[in-house]
Amino acid sequence: MSETRPISFLRRWREPGSSRMPFWLYTDEEIYRREQERIFNGPHWSYVALTAEIPGTGDYKRSWIGERSVIVVRDEDGSINVVENRCAHRGAQFCQTHSGNRKDFVCPYHQWSYDLKGNLQGVPFLRGIKGKGGMPLDFKRENHGLTKLHVAVHNGVIFASFHPEVPDFKEFLGPTMLKYFERVFNGRELKVLGYNRQRVPGNWKLIHENLKDCYHPGLLHTWFVNYGLWRADNESANVMDAEHRHSAMVTKRNQGGKGEATSGIGSYRENMELNDGRFLDVEEEAWWDGPTAVIQSIFPSVIMQQQINSVAVRQVIPRGPRNFDYIWTHLGFADDSAEMNQRRLRQANLFGPAGFVSVDDSEIIGLVEEGMTQNLEAESLCELGGREIADTDTHISETLIRGMYEYYRKVMEI
Amino acid sequence: MDATIRFAVQDLYTDYVRCVDDTRYEEWPDFFTDECMYRVVSRENFDAGMQMSALALESKAMLKDRVYGMNETIYHAPYLQRHVVGIPKILGAENGAIRAQANYVVLRTKLDAFSEVFNTGRYIDTIVTENGRMKFKERICVFDGELVPNSIVYPI
Repeated sequence: MSETRPISFLRRWREPGSSRMPFWLYTDEEIYRREQERIFNGPHWSYVALTAEIPGTGDYKRSWIGERSVIVVRDEDGSINVVENRCAHRGAQFCQTHSGNRKDFVCPYHQWSYDLKGNLQGVPFLRGIKGKGGMPLDFKRENHGLTKLHVAVHNGVIFASFHPEVPDFKEFLGPTMLKYFERVFNGRELKVLGYNRQRVPGNWKLIHENLKDCYHPGLLHTWFVNYGLWRADNESANVMDAEHRHSAMVTKRNQGGKGEATSGIGSYRENMELNDGRFLDVEEEAWWDGPTAVIQSIFPSVIMQQQINSVAVRQVIPRGPRNFDYIWTHLGFADDSAEMNQRRLRQANLFGPAGFVSVDDSEIIGLVEEGMTQNLEAESLCELGGREIADTDTHISETLIRGMYEYYRKVMEI
Repeated sequence: MDATIRFAVQDLYTDYVRCVDDTRYEEWPDFFTDECMYRVVSRENFDAGMQMSALALESKAMLKDRVYGMNETIYHAPYLQRHVVGIPKILGAENGAIRAQANYVVLRTKLDAFSEVFNTGRYIDTIVTENGRMKFKERICVFDGELVPNSIVYPI
């Protein structure tokens, strides 16, 4: 039993390494500010959109990098630009629709207009009226465009960064992560099936932890345990990039049912059978190349999901230390048959804010956040599979979480 | 439109709400025909003609599976619902199927919290009569606030 200890308000990360994470990391405003500065605005690529969402000239999508709203837009030469959604004049977040088509962007406040590359075009009354007022003579439009971000487009997926020294995108992912990324995004045409958006009452890091924690799926998720989709006796792999910030959880489903992986597991339902088996009418696809599920966490902004025939991009947008928005873009491929399209839609019932499986995760994150705020000096225990960080071939390990916090600690200098 | 039909539709709506708000979820699938569509979808997807939903169940059997999920498998913090449904507008009746719509507000009450507006939108329904009882052949719940406050477990 743990000893009781008085609550203090010190912010110390007591243990070295990354197998014990103090709860103030998930609640503290100061830490959150530093994360915005060093992580979301640091030398990292953040997911913003898919090229399939902006196929034509002038098509745009409003997106987010950390707390900063950005516009992803295709211009007249077909290139994709990402600009900050903040007028250079007085700061209005002028674009207020998720997507659309524009010839230019105009801020409603004083009608400053910008072209599709973010260059300032028109400034009303630049030279004043009747010789009075107007901007100073040294005002130059070229100095007052929208903030232009660095952009990386890889096989239909658009990433952007505010940081001047962001590395090459492939270098950022590293060869192993690039392989898993290209397993889904190999250049084929994507088809957006729709969106789901939810606000989860927990710190943004908790969702990455959730998708780096292969211990829980076979315990928390009754559906996964019962039907062998993800549980302790699956063939599996946990892999990371060299910096340990990104990860992929890889698994191959088995026939499910009772066995070593279910004994003593309260969430296992011995007599559970589906009345309508179409929820799990899985058809193996050639591109899976073995695994039936790969969940890839690309630090810090996105999780790429392939779980049986359900494919989704899950964007992570922090909303203060205690909330994040989770935006699901559900995908198929342009050459899917009508049956495959239907299958992807049906299996999406397992995922998203009402999903048979995913509700478990977002709800549990709420509970974790609540628990953490009770005592900020307490810490989470993350020692399954030891304290070291290395790729593994078992689900009974928390190595991927330790990997992320090893990197986090370095970047945050705490 | 015949007053008897109007009242019957209104009764159907009221009974549905009583069933769901009283948490008699086992009875909820019986409001639907065997082949049916129960869809909870954001206005964003619906207006754009996108196929994805938050939940899309295509048979009474799937609804039963959902009930099992709500009661047995889905982990979630407990909550209660209170539906407030406007007077249905009957849009038409063809081949024995009535098309109707109504606005709804669902309030959610969680432990240690005040009641909050959880989901607002409109029902777009197709209603048929089976063995003397009106049932939903289709109930599409199109919700306005696309950002779901964490999760949707129980029927809208």
